[in-house]
Formats: sequence, C-alpha cells, structure tokens
Amino acid sequence: MKIVVAIIKPHKLDEVKAALEAFGVQGLTVSEASGYGRQRGHTEVYRGAEYTVDLVPKVRVEVLVDDADAADVVEVIVKSAQTGRIGDGKVWTVPVDDVVRVRTGEHGVDAL
Amino acid sequence: MVSTVAFLSFAAKPDTGDTAWVLASAALVLLMTPGLAFFYGGMVRGKNVLNMLMMNFITMGLVGVLWVIVGYTLAFGDGGALVGDLNHWKLNNTSGLSGTIPVLAFVMFQAMFAIITPALFTGSIADRIKFGPFLAIITVWSLLVYSPIAHWVWSPNGWLFKLGAEDFAGGTVVHANAGAAGLALAIVLGKRKGWPREPMRPHNLPFVLLGAGLLWFGWFGFNAGSALGAGRTAALAFTTTSTATSAAMLGWVLVEKIRDGHPTTLGAASGAVAGLVAITPACAFVTPFGSIFLGLLAGGVCALATGLKFRFGYDDALDVVGVHLVGGVLGALLIGFLGSKKAGGANGLLYGGGFTQLGKQAAAVGASVVYSFVATLVIALIVKAIFKGLRVSEEVEVEGLDINLHAETAYETLTGGSVRASVSAAAPKADAEVSA
Repeated sequence: MKIVVAIIKPHKLDEVKAALEAFGVQGLTVSEASGYGRQRGHTEVYRGAEYTVDLVPKVRVEVLVDDADAADVVEVIVKSAQTGRIGDGKVWTVPVDDVVRVRTGEHGVDAL
Repeated sequence: MVSTVAFLSFAAKPDTGDTAWVLASAALVLLMTPGLAFFYGGMVRGKNVLNMLMMNFITMGLVGVLWVIVGYTLAFGDGGALVGDLNHWKLNNTSGLSGTIPVLAFVMFQAMFAIITPALFTGSIADRIKFGPFLAIITVWSLLVYSPIAHWVWSPNGWLFKLGAEDFAGGTVVHANAGAAGLALAIVLGKRKGWPREPMRPHNLPFVLLGAGLLWFGWFGFNAGSALGAGRTAALAFTTTSTATSAAMLGWVLVEKIRDGHPTTLGAASGAVAGLVAITPACAFVTPFGSIFLGLLAGGVCALATGLKFRFGYDDALDVVGVHLVGGVLGALLIGFLGSKKAGGANGLLYGGGFTQLGKQAAAVGASVVYSFVATLVIALIVKAIFKGLRVSEEVEVEGLDINLHAETAYETLTGGSVRASVSAAAPKADAEVSA
C-alpha cells in the first residue's frame, strides 16, 4: 500500500476531491498547511513598511491506496490541481507498512 | 472650548437642548476608547491583542475614578495659570451651571477626554510593557500631565488660554500631548525584540476598520460636543469633522497608491483617524471648504510621517507619533493659516490675519509638546526604577502578553492543546447544575 500526499492550492481542493471521488477513492484526509516552494512567498505593505511573507497557505490532501492504484491517483490529482502557474504544489507517494480499520480491526488492503 | 466658569445660581435652569447634546456627546466620546482598543488591537499580533484591549479598557476604569476624585479639579478648578486648585475635588461645588448646562454634564464630557488621552499612547508601548508599571504611569500621567495641560489651554485662568491660543476640541491637549508622551515612552521602553527586522503584521485588519469606524462616529461627540451647546458652532464643528476626515482618508490612500502601489484598508482607516486628529483643534475655526485642505494635507503628511520611526530608530509600535503627534501639531498650526473669522476663530495667514495667530498656535502646541515629552520621560524613568524595569521578560514577549499577563488567549488556535476544566471548590459542580 501507499499513501499519496498532495500539497495543492486551496482553491483547487473541490476539483481534486471531485476527481478522486470519480476515480473511486473511498476516503481522504485534508488539512490546512503553509509553506513555500520555488515561488517563495509574497510581499505585503503596512503603512509603508514592507513585509515578506515566506509561508503561503496551502491544502494538504492524503489518500491511502493500493500499490496498483498509486500512479493513477497521482495522475488524477495532478490533472485536477493544475493551473499551469507557479505555486501549483507537489504530489508524492510513500510506502505504507500496514493499515488498520479501527471499527473492525481489519488489516492491510481490506482496511482501505 | 468656551469658558467653563461655573455660575452657582441655583435658580437658573439648564438649557435642555444643550444639556441633552452634551450628555449624548459624552457617551459618544466614551465609545471612542473601545473603538481605539479595536483600532489598535487589530494592529498588534494575535498573541497580544487582549493586552492591548485591556490597556484601553482599564483606562476607562482607572481614569474614570481618578477624574472624579481629583483630575477634574486639577484641570478645571480656578487655581492659577498652571494648574487648578482643589476646590472641586470629589466633585465638591459642582451642583450649579456651566454656561447653559449643568456643571456635572461638563465634568462627565471632560472625563471621557481624560480617559481617551492616555489610552491613545498605548499604541506606542504595545507588545512589551508590564501591566503594573503601565497602571502606575497612567495614574501619575493623568494627574501631572493631562490635567495641567488641559488647565493651560481650556481653563479661563490657564496661561495658554490667556495667550489666545485656539484649541477647540483638543488637538494640543489630547493629541499632540498623547503623541509626545508616546514618543517618550517608546524611547524609555526600547524596541520590541526583533523590530524592525522581524515581521509584526497586523493580525486582524477588520478589527482595525471596525475601530476606526467607531472612532469616527464617536468623534462627532468629541468635536461637535465641544461647543457645549446644540447650536451653530456644534453644526459647524460637525461639518468640518466630516469633511476633513473624508479628505484625509483620500490623502493617505493617494500617498500609498503612489508610494507602495496599492490602496490599503489599513491606510484608509489610518487616514481617517489622521484627519480626525488634525481637524480636532480647528473644527470650529475653519470653513467647511478650508477643512478639506486641512484633511487632505493631514492624510498625506501623516502617511509619510509613519516612516519617521524607521529613520530615527524608535519603536513607536502603532504610530502614535506619526498620527497623533504629527496630526495634532499640524492641526494646531493650520489654524494659524486656515482660521477664519467667518467660521468663528481669528483670521489666519491665508485669510489676511498675518502671523499673529500662527505664533500663538506654535507657542501653545510647542510648550505642551515639550512639557509632555519631558514630564513623561521623568515619570517613566521613576516608575521604571520603582518597579525594577518596565518591560516583560524576553520569554514573555516572545510567548505573548495575553497568556502571561492575563492568563487568557483571544483565539482557540493560540491555546496550543486541548482545554480541560479543573474543578475547584469555588466553582459549582456540573452535577449540581443539572439537578438544579
């Protein structure tokens, strides 16, 4: 199994969610995140004093998937989150040893 | 402000219209202090917002009591040229009339001025002062700086009143005074840790705009109420307060657009307040048309003046100097240019009055600023010695004043963990409440 982690622009969340649902993903976890990539932050000016804001708000989406689906899920997220402009985010996958469904105690792929 | 001699004729009846307007104005002016609290509270970081609100609120408590006991009589007791006598302490001998209104109405209207003036300089000391020394400074300052300067300018016996200096609603007494005190306190306190390298962004700009709106609303009482009657003078002051404030907002935003590229909400709010400050001394002495120039100039100049702290290296956190000192001095001096006999003051330079009034204005605002700055410096240093320092520890400053000085946090995200109730003997048990 793998966990697919995506950092995306907050306004793309609905599209990503819909695309994943259409693909057949049963569940996901979303959290608010902040950070920067190559685009760095942005500048704000208060009473003439300039501040560079390094960390920009992003949304972190996490999906647990079967190994076979991982590449497709990454593809679905990239397609639905893409605007083509700087700051679109990143997607990566991480191997997962085990998953347990808390309600039933099922392990592995059965718990997805 | 018109003469405030109390006529102790009990037979005379107060003018009900005048009295109603002054009482309503007093309530409007009181509302300015919570407005100011939000104006400043939005500008500090989220970890210090409650401390900022509290410094403003506690001033309503502290000065609200001090004023009645001894502050009023030091300001408006007959006395001499420099300070009032104790004839009205505990509000003795205040049952008569002052002009057409009860003396008590005047006392309470003035109480709100005495409250907001020290509250104004909480902006320069934001984010780093211990609460005890703050209370000590406010108490001593109110009696030794505010009351005397109010006496100089507004009491018929005051030396600046006799000189003929004009300050209709407090450009000198309130704003230049608070600004000079704010500068002295910022210097004694020193810079906040990390200033100006680290970003200290306003944490809630909607609060700032809410506060500015309340200030503007309350300021109609401040300025038009200073006519101490419901007549032509009040209407003129109301009008110029409105026009100058509008124009100042445009002036500030225009400077920002040209200098920084964007018109900002903080600039719009700040510009409005700068206009309110600058029109305060002049509101019944200039024409409505003249007040537009005054406002535009105040907005533009104050927008540029907020940069002074970076040039000179004093950490006036929320620009009390840039807005109140500069705006107050500007308004006081502009009376010397834009003052008009037609409006109700002496003619200024641009209305054929020569330099006479400008000289009086400069003397009055200059003397007040110098006295306020020096006296505040001395008070702050003495309080610093007594309390063994004015500042919170570096750890507290970094962690935030709210949690350390008040054991509260403004926002859930700042509590940093789950919240659990600890039942003490004093607290009613949950079970008991259910069964009751």
